Amino acid sequence: MIGPNLKGQRLVALFLLGCLLFNFPLLSLFAGTGRIWGIPLIYFYVFAAWISIIALMALIIERKDP
Amino acid sequence: MLSGALIVALSFAYVGLLFAIAYYGDKRADAGRSIIANPYIYTLSLAVYCTSWTFYGSVGRAATSGIGFLPIYLGPTLMAALWWYVLLKMIRISKAHRITSIADFIGSRYGKSHLLGGLVTIIAVLGIVPYIALQLKAISASFSTMLQYPGVVASGSTASLPFLQDNTFYIAMLLAAFTILFGTRHLDATERHEGLVAAIAFESVVKLVAFIAVGIFVTYGMFDGFGDVFAKAAAVPELNALLVQGGAAGNYTTWASLTVLSMLAIILLPRQFQVAVVENVNERHLNKAIWLFPLYLFAINIFVLPIALGGLMHFPVGTVDADTFVLTLPMSEQKTWLALLAFVGGLSAATGMVIVETIALSTMVCNDLVMPILLRWKFLRLTESPDLSGLLLGIRRSAIVVVLVLGYGYFYLAGEAYALVSIGLISFTAVAQFAPAMIGGLFWKGGTRLGALCGLSAGFMVWLYSLLLPSFAKSGWLPITFLTDGIMGFDLLKPQQLFGLDGLDEISHCLFWSMIVNVGSYVGVSLWRRPTAAEHSQANLFVDVFRHVSPGSGSRFWRGSATVADLQTLLGRFIGPERANESFSAYARSQGIAGIEQVSANAVLVHYVESQIAGAIGSASARDMVASVVVEEPLALDEVMAIIDEASQALAYSRQLEEKSRELEAATNELRGANQRLQELDRLKDDFISTVTHELRTPLTSIRAFSEILSDNPQLDPQQRSKFLGIITRESERLTRLINQVLDLSKIESGAADWHPSEVDMREVLEDAVAAVSQIYKDRNIALELGIPQHPPLVMADRDRITQVALNLLSNAANFCDKPDSRVSITLMAETTALRVEVEDNGIGISPADQAVIFEKFRQVSDTAAGKPRGSGLGLAISREIIHHFGGRLWVESVPGHGAKFSFTLPLPRGGTSFLAA
Repeated sequence: MIGPNLKGQRLVALFLLGCLLFNFPLLSLFAGTGRIWGIPLIYFYVFAAWISIIALMALIIERKDP
Repeated sequence: MLSGALIVALSFAYVGLLFAIAYYGDKRADAGRSIIANPYIYTLSLAVYCTSWTFYGSVGRAATSGIGFLPIYLGPTLMAALWWYVLLKMIRISKAHRITSIADFIGSRYGKSHLLGGLVTIIAVLGIVPYIALQLKAISASFSTMLQYPGVVASGSTASLPFLQDNTFYIAMLLAAFTILFGTRHLDATERHEGLVAAIAFESVVKLVAFIAVGIFVTYGMFDGFGDVFAKAAAVPELNALLVQGGAAGNYTTWASLTVLSMLAIILLPRQFQVAVVENVNERHLNKAIWLFPLYLFAINIFVLPIALGGLMHFPVGTVDADTFVLTLPMSEQKTWLALLAFVGGLSAATGMVIVETIALSTMVCNDLVMPILLRWKFLRLTESPDLSGLLLGIRRSAIVVVLVLGYGYFYLAGEAYALVSIGLISFTAVAQFAPAMIGGLFWKGGTRLGALCGLSAGFMVWLYSLLLPSFAKSGWLPITFLTDGIMGFDLLKPQQLFGLDGLDEISHCLFWSMIVNVGSYVGVSLWRRPTAAEHSQANLFVDVFRHVSPGSGSRFWRGSATVADLQTLLGRFIGPERANESFSAYARSQGIAGIEQVSANAVLVHYVESQIAGAIGSASARDMVASVVVEEPLALDEVMAIIDEASQALAYSRQLEEKSRELEAATNELRGANQRLQELDRLKDDFISTVTHELRTPLTSIRAFSEILSDNPQLDPQQRSKFLGIITRESERLTRLINQVLDLSKIESGAADWHPSEVDMREVLEDAVAAVSQIYKDRNIALELGIPQHPPLVMADRDRITQVALNLLSNAANFCDKPDSRVSITLMAETTALRVEVEDNGIGISPADQAVIFEKFRQVSDTAAGKPRGSGLGLAISREIIHHFGGRLWVESVPGHGAKFSFTLPLPRGGTSFLAA
């Protein structure tokens, strides 16, 4: 492994979180017609969740401590 | 007005720029100063995932299904999180075994199977060539769209042009030239192409910049930001449905299956395998790519919706193909340079994909399809040819041309057909069939060649029947009744409602059935039979790749004999004699040997040569080739198992060894302690012996002295004589007593003493003892007081031994009483758990220092007023041993000058009589 195994486990956990976020039924919670900053709810949710996942990935990978 | 010449010139100039970059990249690589050896270039090369299907197609898809285009990018994002385990393992395995394509990977995993490698190649070619055609179509469509500038037409169809006048054909041929030039410069065991990767990374930058530029122009130039785009779209009833999930965006099943499909595609597409695994310079680059690559995908998708919605609102419904919005929106606003930039971006997206996919496919076709067949045709005598490297390069180059010609041909014939436009997902579904054999092979040792073969073929057949053939039918190449009525009218076999499964879109439907039969056959057939030796050894090398760290670890599973010259010649035939020579020198250096002459033909060398050849012609053929010059003794399954067992046993042994060494350390400590005790005991023994001999010598000296006097003076008067004889007799008795006591003590201590336990009435014992010493007491005028109850409880003990103790204590007491009013009292008390006997005198007493040692052997309170001690020094030691033997205690309390009190206890039998003495 590249580094300590804990990183790998964190990433797998993140993967599972992503599977949850980008699927029914959580997705259906945002199926409404609402707007956030003028952006349709579902678009806002998916993109926000997406960038959060990427940010967490970066955090996990770039963190120096094990 | 843009002239066709300008656009054509721009296209060719762009491809020319790619040549320059690739050339520079190769030059730098040859000089040892790689420009691609960093995680950023690696990430950008991974972005070859985004083809023109992304660049143009995402907008088109978003225009019809809203957010429905996103799973194609969310899947890879999720998969990136698993790269840490999955992709890293693939890279490690491929580097260890010189694997250069996904066909080779799967073939090699299941016992270096030609058949499996060939099957994967065929599936890949069938699934991917139409995808290449789609890229060419995108190039062609963007050409014709641009040629209309500043006019905007409904759709750009160029399929009617004869191909010699079709710019797309020339672009395709140019790409073939590029790929041949930079993809097959020479045969190399690693099959890495630095210049090519540099060009691909550059293309990824171009398409991202172009797309974002168009996105910013549409969002902030034509509209007033994201909010404005969405607000205006919401006002249009037809577009409103695109803004909510569940409407036109499709249902959640489609969403989920597209996510899964793209997750698999990102690691299984031949081009992704090529850039992510084969072209990987350093596996550490994967680290950063795990989050940078999803970030790239995120960036290239932000503006998809604004462009789609903008295009839908800008152009009257149905007049312009949504797939061309990226081009047509800047064109309609007369933004010439932006339109050209978008055009170049689309070109870069398409060419990048075509180049990498072509090289990946050509490697597969050459190594896993053509070479195995050619090597098998005996009449070609290929196995005897001295240098095959030219032939190999020829095959690779031909394969590249053939793949591109096939792609162009398919585009030329299919044109606007449904079979072409829908190929993106159909292609993804085809490569998804590799997933069970691939991912199962990475983590499950039980998968067998037959299982993989059955799974792949079954999944492939379902894909063919339920996805590819229907797309042909929809294109009018097959009777449409095939779709509506099923094959030969069997209703249950309708390709897209198999067994009546309805309500799924065609992709989800095909994914479901193909995965059911694929995974089912793979697992089922694998479990049906035990794996063979070859399968088992490969399974171990793949699944446990992180444990087999040494590069020659594969040689563990090999046994045979060969000569170095044969092996070198063999390698030379595939990669050229010079490179073979270099390679052998490198091997010699890595083994710490001075030169090739000293190399010995052992299993490690054979494995090294095989993996070098595998880089050139694939692992299965490489094994055949090596087998042709090596006399191999095949390993039976049980031998492979034994080797694996040995390895795991060695591991277990080393753990046991650690355990043992810890135990040993503990034992050493114990031993050290024991040794100290032994030394102490040894010293005590020496003391004991010297004391005993000293004690023996004292009476012997006086016996001898008086005997000499008697012997030397025969005239001694009878009174004197009888006095001396009396002394001799007493000293002899003392000697005897001493010896008896020494023997007695050693018997007790060694456990060899005879004990005769019985119920003992302590009153009788004490009275006997008192009777025995009464004469001495009378002689010395010592008063003896008795405090003995009438019926003390009985104890279990040896009567004679306890009597001995009582006698010893009484005579000791007498010995230390020399005052006129001397008095000794003996008392018996019953306590709750024991009987207690106290012998108290009013003699000189014992100092605290002496109290501590008087129970040791030969310790006597010698500085008594009486002068010479009268005991042997063993009496108390023996007494204490006896009392201890019966579970009691013997101790002394004394104040010097005020007498001493010796006490001992004997435990009462449990549950025995508990009445107290009166």
